[in-house]
Amino acid sequence: MKRWLPLVAFLVLVGFFAKGLFLNPREVPSPLIDRPAPAFALPLVGNDAASFSPADMRGKVWLLNVWAPWCVSCRQEHPVLMQIAQGGRVPIVGLNWKDRDRESAMLLARAGSPYLAVAEDLDGRVGIDYGVTGTPETYVIDREGIVRMKHIGPISPDVWKEKLEPKLKELGA
Amino acid sequence: MIPELGHFALILGLLLALTQSVLPLVGAQRGNRTLMAVARPAAQGQFVFVALAFGCLAWSFLANDFSVLNVARNSYSRLPEVYRLTATWGSHEGSMLLWVLILAFWSTAVAVFSRHLPEDMVARVLGIMGLVSVGFLAFLLTTSNPFTRLVPAAPDGSDLNPLLQDWGMILHPPMLYMGYVGFAVAFAFAIAALLSGKLDAAWARWSRPWTTVAWAFLTMGIVLGSWWAYRELGWGGWWFWDPTENASFMPWIAGTALIHSLAVTEKRGAFKAWTVLLALLTFSLSLLGTFLVRSGVLSSVHAFATDPARGAFILGFLAVVIGGSLVLYAWRAPKMITGGGFSWFSRESLLLANNVILVAALGAVLLGTLYPLFMDAMGLGKISVGPPYFNAVFVPLMAPALFLMGVGPLVRWKEGSLPDAFTRLKWALAVAVVAALLLPLTVDGFKPWASLGFFLAAWITLAVAAAFRDRLRHGSGSTGQKLRSVPRGFWGMQLAHFGVAVGIAGIAVVANYQSERDVRMDVGSYAELAGYTFTFRGAVEYDGPNYRAARGTVEVSRNGASIVTLHPEKRLYNASGMAMTEASVHPNLFRDIYVAMGEQLDEQGAWSVRLFHKPLINWLWLGAAFMVVGGFLAASDRRYRIALRRSEVPRGLAAQGAAA
Amino acid sequence: MSRFPTLALALLLAVTLPVTAETPKEAAPNAENPEIEQRLVRLGEDLRCLVCQNESLAGSKAELAEDLRREIRQQMKAGKSDAEVIDYLTARYGDFVLYRPPFKPVTYLLWLGPLVFLGGGGLAWYLTLRRRRAAAAEPPDAQKLAAAARLLKEDQ
Repeated sequence: MKRWLPLVAFLVLVGFFAKGLFLNPREVPSPLIDRPAPAFALPLVGNDAASFSPADMRGKVWLLNVWAPWCVSCRQEHPVLMQIAQGGRVPIVGLNWKDRDRESAMLLARAGSPYLAVAEDLDGRVGIDYGVTGTPETYVIDREGIVRMKHIGPISPDVWKEKLEPKLKELGA
Repeated sequence: MIPELGHFALILGLLLALTQSVLPLVGAQRGNRTLMAVARPAAQGQFVFVALAFGCLAWSFLANDFSVLNVARNSYSRLPEVYRLTATWGSHEGSMLLWVLILAFWSTAVAVFSRHLPEDMVARVLGIMGLVSVGFLAFLLTTSNPFTRLVPAAPDGSDLNPLLQDWGMILHPPMLYMGYVGFAVAFAFAIAALLSGKLDAAWARWSRPWTTVAWAFLTMGIVLGSWWAYRELGWGGWWFWDPTENASFMPWIAGTALIHSLAVTEKRGAFKAWTVLLALLTFSLSLLGTFLVRSGVLSSVHAFATDPARGAFILGFLAVVIGGSLVLYAWRAPKMITGGGFSWFSRESLLLANNVILVAALGAVLLGTLYPLFMDAMGLGKISVGPPYFNAVFVPLMAPALFLMGVGPLVRWKEGSLPDAFTRLKWALAVAVVAALLLPLTVDGFKPWASLGFFLAAWITLAVAAAFRDRLRHGSGSTGQKLRSVPRGFWGMQLAHFGVAVGIAGIAVVANYQSERDVRMDVGSYAELAGYTFTFRGAVEYDGPNYRAARGTVEVSRNGASIVTLHPEKRLYNASGMAMTEASVHPNLFRDIYVAMGEQLDEQGAWSVRLFHKPLINWLWLGAAFMVVGGFLAASDRRYRIALRRSEVPRGLAAQGAAA
Repeated sequence: MSRFPTLALALLLAVTLPVTAETPKEAAPNAENPEIEQRLVRLGEDLRCLVCQNESLAGSKAELAEDLRREIRQQMKAGKSDAEVIDYLTARYGDFVLYRPPFKPVTYLLWLGPLVFLGGGGLAWYLTLRRRRAAAAEPPDAQKLAAAARLLKEDQ
């Protein structure tokens, strides 16, 4: 019996490795899930006088999309966001992350904006509060202002259909 | 044309590897001499064709053939020639080809140096090694073809990763692979012994030199990697417990345990089942390392670009090779207690204790490396396990093994005497304790970990001295004659142990007493660190072959006397746009002065500069060098060469009290 | 790095200017507050740079690491303890940011595993020794007989 132990231990390891092949070590779950979305008040892109705060969205299910003009995969995601916005199912608020060259207003004017509003997080401090590690990232926030889901990476039509849309349905949006 | 030739050679290599594995294994099982005789020429042929493939890839790199995808991605027309050559193994595909080449090299070495072995043993050993070659050649050809063409050809390459443009990184992979692929020989010997049922002292004697040589290469490979990280990452760190480092360190720990356990099996015929298991484990960990580094299941600084198909292939192969060998082990490992008995205080019991501790330490490293994966796979969340964990766990685990290292070689086989050992080592113990208490005060204050390091270093060194004193006390002739009559195995062991002591001293000092400063240096300004004065004379820009650099000038002096002028650089590589910090180091036996440039701070030419004083850091490399030389010395011991000439190998049970 | 070309001339001038004539000036530490910087480095070595493959927060040159260091520096200046800084980070990034995993039920195995290995090994060592001592005590013939008897038993 004793001499079968190494084999058993090895098979257990192989099981974990096989599972590990389908996991992404870079994808880190957010500790914010089921916690209130961190509050902030930031000026809007294109209108420094106005400001946005998550409290403004109370009573609505909404998406907070963290992006930046210099981010390549954000461009991939842009048409999908446009479609979502046109569908009118859920409002999207942009968080413009560390856009030091102030390019976002111009970029949005040219390519079209899927956002209800875009908050300007110039020094990335709000990003830190949300645990942002890179762009794009998208948070689903419910009527009570609780974060219900975080998606890391661009939203593809598949991600929308399989991940975000069901969650929105569940939250009654 | 040349790349296609290489591709074709690789396919032929695979076919020869298949021949090398299937025919001899079948032959050995059936007792068919003709089939067994295929093993040697097939192994040599395989080596020739894999070497040809490797040569073709190297040629493509040297000729800047950017129509080869691998070359286009990992080379550059303005890359210096030597790096163009070494870029051959700078990528996943190329390094895998090097892996297979080295495996074929070891197979050929076995084929050439095995004239004294029974035919069926040779056939089985080469057959098993051939099977491993088959797996990895198939892996190369199906998922990682280094000769894939790029149509249309790239106008120029995107350059070799600048981190790899360094001597340490040129030599690190070949040495590392010589080591961990070399354990394939011990693995193949173990499987062959299990298959034939002839698991005896002769088997251990045959395996020993191969294992020791592989271990020495692996030691060199790991240390070169560490030396590279020290100079090239601009941080002055030399060990990060990164999964990739652990992937090479784990086979090293297992290999160290194996070397010691083989000694018992050879000399005393004991622990056979355990030694076989260790031989399987050591190479399995090499394979596991290959999987971890290339599959992307763990995130690491040095990991190769990942691809799930590759991971799945290696995992499947791993499951077959390791799983198969463990089934064979469970089925065929000796079921009775072999060898003679021994008392609780004997060479055997101490070597067993060494094995227990090494394997526990290995378990700890494995656990820490894989734990994030376990948690993730079970859906328990993501965590990171980093240096603080490994340092907290590994150091206390290893300390008792290092203490035993002083005692073990002085204790007799079978039945040692504790009072006798105490008599012989009491001075060593006393001096080591005093050193532990006083030495830290001469450096820079008392620190418990530094003290432990001093104690162990002094203890091991004095125990080595005591062992030589014992040797010289007995027998006749002059001291020189006596020293010459000491077998190389003994020299090798003692030198390697002394190397460990030197390394520990280096680690203890550099980890506890190094100092650094991060300063803003205007041109002409100075900074002081550890008694040295560093004066910044500004930085000038110049063009390197494939980069632009700012080259700083820092004059180092001590008490007004000039010591050296250092030129740290900050480079920006043209093709990749990567910035690199090229530290400038002034080494001597007692310290390194290490200067690295940070960023330029203003228009007047001020830079942020990091200054390091690294006391005794070079003892680390020096100690490792002793270990490597010790390993080669031990492997060249006369008795293995005598064994080469005799067909009948004596059951080495008689050699009591001799060197391990 | 991007400022290189414009600076070439200024640098050359700076280098060639006679510097020996004036009294050299001592270089200032890069950090405003070396004490906080030291604390930051010590703490940062136990923290992971989140966006790098596997680097510590203290060592990383990534932008996010830069931002986080700035944030931690500010908190330290405001008098926050190391524990408070760690709480701040884990609330945002989870335990993933810690290189020293916390001791809690899911990591019991991680922290206690090495002890278990050593204990198990020690037990194996003890059991082997007991058997071997018995073997050493027996006369050789009896030893061989015993081995043969065991072999027979296992075969049954």
